[in-house]
Amino acid sequence: MNLSGIIEEIEKVDPEFQDRISPRRAAIKNITSFGSKVAVAAMPFAFSTLFKKAYGQTTTTSVNDVLNFALKLEYLEAAFYNAGVASSLAFSTSEKAYLQTIKGHENAHVAFLQGILGSAAVAQSTQGTNGTYDFTAGGTFPTVFSSVDTFFAVAQAFEDTGVRAYKGQAPNLLGNQVVLTAALNIHSVEARHASAVRQIRRARGAATTKPWITGANDTGIPAVNGNYAGEDNVLQGGVTITSLAGVSGNVAVNAATEAFDEPLTSAQVVVLVAPFGVK
Amino acid sequence: MARRSFLRYAGAGVAGAGLLAITSSCHKDNQNPTVGIDIGAKGDLAILNYAYALEQLEAAFYINVAAHMYTGATPDEIALLTDIRDHEVAHREFFKAALGTNAIATLTPNFSAIDFTSRAKVLAAAQAFEDTGVTAYNGAGYLIQSATYLTLAGKIVSVEARHASYIRNLLSPGSFADTTVLDANGMDKQQTIAQVLPIANTYLTTKVSASNYGYVAV
Repeated sequence: MNLSGIIEEIEKVDPEFQDRISPRRAAIKNITSFGSKVAVAAMPFAFSTLFKKAYGQTTTTSVNDVLNFALKLEYLEAAFYNAGVASSLAFSTSEKAYLQTIKGHENAHVAFLQGILGSAAVAQSTQGTNGTYDFTAGGTFPTVFSSVDTFFAVAQAFEDTGVRAYKGQAPNLLGNQVVLTAALNIHSVEARHASAVRQIRRARGAATTKPWITGANDTGIPAVNGNYAGEDNVLQGGVTITSLAGVSGNVAVNAATEAFDEPLTSAQVVVLVAPFGVK
Repeated sequence: MARRSFLRYAGAGVAGAGLLAITSSCHKDNQNPTVGIDIGAKGDLAILNYAYALEQLEAAFYINVAAHMYTGATPDEIALLTDIRDHEVAHREFFKAALGTNAIATLTPNFSAIDFTSRAKVLAAAQAFEDTGVTAYNGAGYLIQSATYLTLAGKIVSVEARHASYIRNLLSPGSFADTTVLDANGMDKQQTIAQVLPIANTYLTTKVSASNYGYVAV
């Protein structure tokens, strides 16, 4: 992306563009260095900031709230996979490879969100106890780092819940090309992870666990009922999915619930992740 | 350079969406038989019809897959690919019902390029459909003006991503979210309507256009 070229273009139609920015060139310089420090993909965010500066729109706190909410969840997930990979859990070679991939993404999401938020980013040290989480969730999952099955059960709950959390925030970013699109691009990666973790659990013997969510809480773990509450919904936008024609007969209840993932509000998510130390 | 162009160039979403809203008042499908089908005037109905077109294509594909399962499919593959078929049919029928009289016509697919007896060919096509579906929904999200429809698109895209993850691992274990689809920030990518429809049209006898979103099928 040719930043200076774009700025020249702006100046052609708006000669006062420079004067609209305070402190003039410094703002552009900051954005340029921001871009080189973070990633080229973050550049549209820099333009958003620049545009708001230039044309007097104030940064809406709600967008930052959404981003910080996401950041807190990504901090949790990144710490979880960092600890899992570093643990002495006896993962198979392929399981370990999956975890390395997911770990890399969660840490990248943290860095990306921190880059966008800049000084507005919530510090990781504010989470848990001085930045350290309780992955047993107050003793609910005592074997999370001594049992591979428990570890993957918690991983699945985190991923499925992460998908629901991002989905629930989408309306708060309605029409926001840059931020909504970025959130959606993270949302679908969390869904790829959720599916992958579910595939691992299926291969490890949880035969009823599919890559997609069937009904309400298909994990067999009552402790995560809340994470799956509402996933058995079959009414979508006023349409009862089970009343629609399927391949033979109407769409079955299981297929109807699997075909649509359900959102959670931030308030619902906060309750679910608080036992781990998310604040 | 007009300000409007700058808005598009700089990706100033809120202002851009406002401009788009001006043209969204009336909806008429242009169903010219020689050109194919157009998703119509800018607005949520067009985006829903865009999604409906893609879901029609996916459903038709998996109906074919399940009806003529490739050589060497395991029971697990048969079960889960049949699940995916049922999800895509549910998506297709949902959009058809939600759009009602505003729905575009039923599309005629053309899968002659796909060898349905070959596991590798079928899964490669499935992977392309799923990955493209994810980029399509992610790219169209900001164009949706209704929070309800945006959430519905979100409910569907994550299921498409779950499919993509599964299909990818069938073809190449561990590729569920690899660097061929993700960027350096560990994020999926988005594609515009004008990028996605030409891909979809290669599998459609009925060509789909989006003349108000910068793409007319040839």
